[in-house]
Amino acid sequence: MITLTINGKEVHTPKGSTILEACQQNGIPIPTLCYDPDLRLAGSCRMCLVEIKGRPLYAASCVTPAENGIVVETESPGIVAARKVILELLSARHKFNCQVCEKNGDCKFQDYCYQYGIKESRFIYGEATNYGINDPNPFIERDYNKCIMCTRCVRACEEITAARAINVENRGHHAKISTAFDGNLADSSCLFCGQCVMVCPTGALTSKVSAGLGRAYEVDKVLTTCSYCGTGCTLELNVKNNRVVGVTSNRTATGSPVNKGALCVKGRFGWDFINSPDRLTTPLIKENGQFREAGWDEALDLVAKRLGEVKNEFGPDSMAVFTSARVTNEENYVAQKFTRAVLGTNNVDHCARL
Amino acid sequence: MTNSIGELEKDARCIFVIGSNTTENHPVIGMKIKKNVLYNGARLIVADPRCTDLAKIADVYMPHLPGSDVALVNAMMNVIINEGLADQDFIAQHTEGYEEMAAVIAKYTPEYAEPITGVPAEDTRKAARLFAQSGNSAICYAMGLTQHRTGTDNVKSVCNLAMLTGNIGRPGTGVDPLRGQNNVQGACDMGGLPNVFTAYQAVTNDAAREKFEKVWGVPLSGQNGLVLTEVINKAHHGEIKALYVVGENPLMSDPELEHVEEALDKVDFVVVQDIFLSETAKRADVVLPSACFAEKDGTFSNTERRVQRVRKAVSAPGKARTDWEILCEVATRMGYPMSYENSEQIFEEIRTLTPSYAGISYQRIENGGLQWPCPNEEHPGTPYLHKDGNFSRGLGAFTAIDYINPGEQPNEEYPLILTTGRSLFHYHTGTMTRRASALNEHVPAAELEVNPEQAKALGIANGGLVKVSTRRGSLEMKAKVTDMVTPGVIFTTFHFAETPANLLTSSEFLDPTAKIPEYKVSAAKVEKI
Repeated sequence: MITLTINGKEVHTPKGSTILEACQQNGIPIPTLCYDPDLRLAGSCRMCLVEIKGRPLYAASCVTPAENGIVVETESPGIVAARKVILELLSARHKFNCQVCEKNGDCKFQDYCYQYGIKESRFIYGEATNYGINDPNPFIERDYNKCIMCTRCVRACEEITAARAINVENRGHHAKISTAFDGNLADSSCLFCGQCVMVCPTGALTSKVSAGLGRAYEVDKVLTTCSYCGTGCTLELNVKNNRVVGVTSNRTATGSPVNKGALCVKGRFGWDFINSPDRLTTPLIKENGQFREAGWDEALDLVAKRLGEVKNEFGPDSMAVFTSARVTNEENYVAQKFTRAVLGTNNVDHCARL
Repeated sequence: MTNSIGELEKDARCIFVIGSNTTENHPVIGMKIKKNVLYNGARLIVADPRCTDLAKIADVYMPHLPGSDVALVNAMMNVIINEGLADQDFIAQHTEGYEEMAAVIAKYTPEYAEPITGVPAEDTRKAARLFAQSGNSAICYAMGLTQHRTGTDNVKSVCNLAMLTGNIGRPGTGVDPLRGQNNVQGACDMGGLPNVFTAYQAVTNDAAREKFEKVWGVPLSGQNGLVLTEVINKAHHGEIKALYVVGENPLMSDPELEHVEEALDKVDFVVVQDIFLSETAKRADVVLPSACFAEKDGTFSNTERRVQRVRKAVSAPGKARTDWEILCEVATRMGYPMSYENSEQIFEEIRTLTPSYAGISYQRIENGGLQWPCPNEEHPGTPYLHKDGNFSRGLGAFTAIDYINPGEQPNEEYPLILTTGRSLFHYHTGTMTRRASALNEHVPAAELEVNPEQAKALGIANGGLVKVSTRRGSLEMKAKVTDMVTPGVIFTTFHFAETPANLLTSSEFLDPTAKIPEYKVSAAKVEKI
């Protein structure tokens, strides 16, 4: 263990920790933008600067090792002033339109501007670059007028998905996140998994499927298991007014043991079938080749009566049940119990073979 | 899976992917394999008739002909045995039947297999050496390996390969079927199969049957039931009088759809429980609306045997109810009172009858999930099976397997091989993804993948309309000219009701054990329209 002093308090941290980790382990808040615990360190946004006594320069705490005996200040007047300048510099390219932004209320950049009182930037000279919003894919909104170049999306694309669809093009004020040759995502190696949306700390990357349906503070997040393939990724259904309005990632190892927040295009963007107007909402009974709506009692009585008749007349083995690889364990259990104990046959199977 | 998904990201030093387009069908597993290969030095071998994303980054890519899997794997084993790369200690201590298998393998030199598989002998050798020498090699497969009339043989072949090289019972090794549906593992574990109760307890086993009879309070049949494909065939002969379908869509997913359609029409009474009026539901006599995964509590078991919670987020639309509530209502009305307060109460009943789930409770899986077997409440779950080569049956059994060619053979009229599968952007019969706005906008229709060489010979342009026919029927769709498929092989997906690919597939050749249809091989022809 290493012992160091942070804000006048002695703290301990395992050897090999960074100053940021030492702070996090000891409940000392440090603002970060480019830092992501699951991604390679970039050390580029400088929001996590801290003052180390006796050193001439402020250090980015996310990439500075914690050492025995160092004395660290995280919110000294000098640090606060530096963070304000950094936020102003970042604001020079971040268009403030929080009132219509999907990320309003769930935006680290907004939080820090509020915390440090940044209302405008002194560093906007002449015409601001306008990148426009024009990627025609149906999944991911790319609004680079809100991008602060933290490169978390680039690293997530490379390190979580291994798609390597995007990178930084140009340098300095002209730097921008881009696909190869700055084309559309659909023409790149992008798989539309949305890991970039998951890690984006601002409103630069958001879900088009969820657009306008609810902000983070309006939704309840329900942790559940994805209903597509057999990988068993966990995801959070975002619910507003008893309606699913989006999917977000739970990135903890316990909440998301299989995928640690990573999802695919179906899991992240393929949820709105839940609200489809095609959903069946009432039992249907076919009469003269046409369906008519029925109540539960009528439909259930009819099913029970007809199955009973078939069982009596032709025997249990003249009936079969197809249960489902889509429904829960509990429902499969009940379905096979129903087949075996009520119908009296072992004719139960599902599409495992198909 | 004998092993866990996470091991493919770090522990496996060599991964052999056969018959799985992992990055499209199990994308998050595909990501893990890719990362292990790209950033962590793992070696990758891919055998697939299509040059998938993983094939592009593989150390060895073997585009074997659909249905030639046994010949390919036997040839790899031939190299391993002849070059002294087999794990003799593992074979001696933990297996039986090696001699019989080796006798069959002897003739499968890579040169012997080459005309069958289309894979150059040297590539087979490279793959065999990589697999045998990596230290920890894992095998991943999916329906590309199983949907053949030799599906069971194919799976046993890769099991032979794993045992031959001692690649079982350690992290990063094993035989890992990547299961295609969210709860196909659970449906099997729960006894949604005609020959077993929960946890694969045979219905023909008197002791097992007595156990269930005692808890359920009724006498039970000890005679194996019919598998799905047999039900359809019997229905065709008028021997199935009533069919109850819970959330399945055989009228899209089953082979030779015309045959299925006729069969369903002959069933006197069909009930379908579903969230949409699927192709199958349209043919039902009664349709019952059910709740989807977001509208109910319960558990799913994933491909690595991990039992995880499903939690209710919203209420079901209109009068829709959960599938278990509906089934309990019908049971009760048929004179067998069945009622549960909630899904947890059902799970508690499952635990008492299912040894591998006995230690799992809702409380224990509140955070995370547990991998079965988990026999008691203290048990931490089982990340990988057959630890230290201890197989559940005692010794691991090698099976001597000879190659049998696919049932469907190309001829002059149908010179190509059609193989089917899924796209990244859609799922199975499309009932959900076709109604997911973004997915359907991005990929609204099926395409027929044709190799550029083939396309040129047939005068087909990229995006041009073609007619693809098999001995069952024909479909029209756009061509996608791509070297993803080899010449002689064409591919399409089965998600789209407008172009139901299973009109083209055959139900004639079933695997004798698993009764799985030969989806991956249909003799076909393509014409420009």
